[in-house]
Amino acid sequence: MARIDLDLAHSYLPDPKGEEDFALLPLKMSFEDGGAYALLGPSGCGKSTMLNVISGLLRPSQGQVRFDGQDVTALSPQQRNIAQVFQFPVIYDTMTVAQNLAFPLRNRKVPAERIKARVGQIAEMLELSGQLNQRAAGLAADAKQKISLGRGLVREDVAAVLFDEPLTVIDPHLKWQLRRKLKQIHHELKLTLVYVTHDQVEALTFADQVVVMTRGKAVQVGSAEELFERPTHTFVGNFIGSPGMNFLPGRCDGKQVEIDGGQLPLPAGHAVPVGEIKLGVRPEYVTLAEPQAGGALRCTVAQVQDVGTHLLLTAHAGAHPVKARLAPSTVLPSVGEPVWLQLMTDHTCFYKDEALV
Amino acid sequence: MQLTLEGIRKRVGADLWLHEMTLALEPNAVTVLLGATQAGKTSLMRIMAGLDQPSRGKVRVDAADVTGVPVRERNVSMVYQQFINYPSMKVAANIASPMRLRGDRDIDRQVRDLAAKLHIETFLDRYPSELSGGQQQRVALARALAKGAPLMLLDEPLVNLDYKLREELREELTQLFAAGNTTVVYATTEPGEALLLGGYTAVLDAGELLQYGPTAEVFHNPASLRVARAFSDPPMNLLDGDATVQGVQLRGGPLLPMALPHGSGGPVTVGTRASAMHVTPRDGYVALPGHVELAEISGSDTFVHVSTAVGEVVAQLTGVRHFELGDDITLRLHPSQAYVFGADGALLVAPARGAEPL
Repeated sequence: MARIDLDLAHSYLPDPKGEEDFALLPLKMSFEDGGAYALLGPSGCGKSTMLNVISGLLRPSQGQVRFDGQDVTALSPQQRNIAQVFQFPVIYDTMTVAQNLAFPLRNRKVPAERIKARVGQIAEMLELSGQLNQRAAGLAADAKQKISLGRGLVREDVAAVLFDEPLTVIDPHLKWQLRRKLKQIHHELKLTLVYVTHDQVEALTFADQVVVMTRGKAVQVGSAEELFERPTHTFVGNFIGSPGMNFLPGRCDGKQVEIDGGQLPLPAGHAVPVGEIKLGVRPEYVTLAEPQAGGALRCTVAQVQDVGTHLLLTAHAGAHPVKARLAPSTVLPSVGEPVWLQLMTDHTCFYKDEALV
Repeated sequence: MQLTLEGIRKRVGADLWLHEMTLALEPNAVTVLLGATQAGKTSLMRIMAGLDQPSRGKVRVDAADVTGVPVRERNVSMVYQQFINYPSMKVAANIASPMRLRGDRDIDRQVRDLAAKLHIETFLDRYPSELSGGQQQRVALARALAKGAPLMLLDEPLVNLDYKLREELREELTQLFAAGNTTVVYATTEPGEALLLGGYTAVLDAGELLQYGPTAEVFHNPASLRVARAFSDPPMNLLDGDATVQGVQLRGGPLLPMALPHGSGGPVTVGTRASAMHVTPRDGYVALPGHVELAEISGSDTFVHVSTAVGEVVAQLTGVRHFELGDDITLRLHPSQAYVFGADGALLVAPARGAEPL
C-alpha cells in the first residue's frame, strides 16, 4: 500500500500552448495510503488520463508521480505494483473461478497455502464461494465482473487498486450489491483504491474523498457531504446532486438579493459581495412558503412529477427553472399557478464569477 | 396512433424469448419498457418495429394487421444505444435525410428548428465523428424526430452517455414527447428513469409482461412481488412473515398490525421501500433494532444497511448522517407503509398513496 503524490501536467500534443491543449492542467494532488478515492466528471474531463498516469500506462508530459516519496514516473504498472479493474470483465473463460482469482498470486509465486487462504477470503467477500470450482465461461456478466473485481483485490502487496468504471455493465440492482461489497472490502482490507466514474452515486457512496474534474482540472476534492453542502464552484453544484443545485442570477446590495423582481433578505451571517451574484440552493432544501414570506420568491408551477419516493416540482422564476424535491404528500398548485418557494436557507450558497463566496 | 400486440410470443430455437402477451399501448403517450438486461425489452421492440416477426400473435396499427409488414413499409423511427449517424454526411444532412426522402420543401428551416430544440444548431456544419457522444446521440434523436413517424422506438438511448448529460437529455426528451402526437416506446433498465419519464410503464421480467399502467400507478401498486422487485431502486426490503388476524407477524421480529384482505393466512412477504424506514421514534411505528453494516452517503441521502433479526434492511434517510460500522440502530416502520405479498407473490396490501403518517 502506498501514498501517491502527483505533481504534473499532461498534454497529448507535442507542443501544448493554451489551456485547451492539456488533458490534465498542472496539478498537485495526494492520495493517502489506504484511502478510497473517486475521480468523477463528464467524458473528456481528464479522469481516465489521471488514472492512467497513476497506473503507469501513461507517462505525464511534465512532472512526477511519487509512490511513498519514490519517483515512479518512468516505471510501468507492473513495476509500480498496481492492480487494475476495467469496465468489462477481463478473465480467463477456460479457468475456474478459483483459478482466475488465484492467477495474479500464482504469477507472483505466492505459496500455495497462502493462495488458497486469500482466494477463499476474497471469494467469501464477493459471495463467489459457491462457484469456486465452476468454469468462468458459463457465468453471467455480473458474476464475471465480480471475478474481475476479485482479481483486482486478491493481492495484498499492491501499491493501489485502480478501477475504471467497473460497474458500467451491471444492472441497477446488482450495482447496489457490488458497490456495497467494494465498500466493505475497503474497510476490511484497507487498500488504497482509486475509482473512476461519471456516476455521482457510485463516486459519492464509494469514496471517502471525491475528486470532481472538468476540462483537465480538479475543481473540488471533498467528502460527499462537502460536495453536496458547499460546492466551491457552480460546476460542482450542478454536477453533484440529481437534479443538481438550482442557480438563480441576482443582484446583491449587501443586505438582500434581488432575483426576478423579488427582494430576498440574506440569512444572518452571510457576507455576500455587492453586485451580480448567483444564488445556489439544492432542490432538497427548497420548501413551499407562504405568499410574501421573507426569503421566498414567487414562481410559477411548470411541472410536477411523481418520482416515487418524492414529488419533483419544476417552477419558473422568470426565465429560470427552480426545482424542489418535496414529500409525496405535498399538495401543490396546478401548472401555470403561482407558488412561493423559500430559497434563503442555512444551506443556500452564493457564487460570484461561478466561485463560492 | 394505436399500437396493439395481440397474444404475441417469440420463440428462438428451443427458447421462449417472449411469453404470450397482449399489450395495447396508450396512443400518443410515452410507454416505458422497464426490465433488467435480458428481460425481453429489445426483442419486444424489434417486433413492434417490424424488424422481427412474432412466432405467434398479431401486431396491429390502429385497426390494420401489420404482423408481416417489414420495417421499411412501416412508418417507424428508432434510436439505439449506440450513436448511429451517417458518418460521411454533415450533421445538417443527417437530420435532413428523412425529409429528403419525403421530398419536403423548406428543409433548411426544419433542420434548424429541430437542431435548436436539441441544442446542436452550432454543429450543423460538422461531421458526426467531430462531436462528443452526447452530441452524436442528439443528432440521431433529431433525425428520428425529423422522420415525424407516428411511432418512435428508443432502446436505452441514454445508456452510453454520462450521468449528467443523461439527466439533461432525458428532460429535453420528456418535453419533446409531451407535444403528444407520437406514440413513444422507451426501453430502460432503470426504475428512476421510468419515473422521470412518467407516462405509462410496462414491466418486463424474463420475457414476461408483468404489468402495464400509468407509471406512478405501477410503482405505487405493483401487482406482484416480481414487479415490486423490478420497479424499485434502491431494492425493496423483503421480509418473511405470516398472516394472522392482527396483521403480519414478521419471522423473528415484531407484529405489524394491519388489516389484511379477508381469508389471508399462511406465509407472506412484507416489502418496504428504503425511504419508508426511519430512525426517529414516532407513535404507531414498529421498531426493528439492529446494527449498522454499512452507510453510503450520496449527499442528498444516506443509505444505511442494517442487519436486524428479521433480515437485512436498507433505510434511505434524507440528508447526510454519520454512522459507524457496528453501531446499534433502531429502524422504524409504520405498518401502513408496508406492502404485503401472498405466498404466490400477488399483492395483498399496498401503502396508502402520499399519506405517510408523521
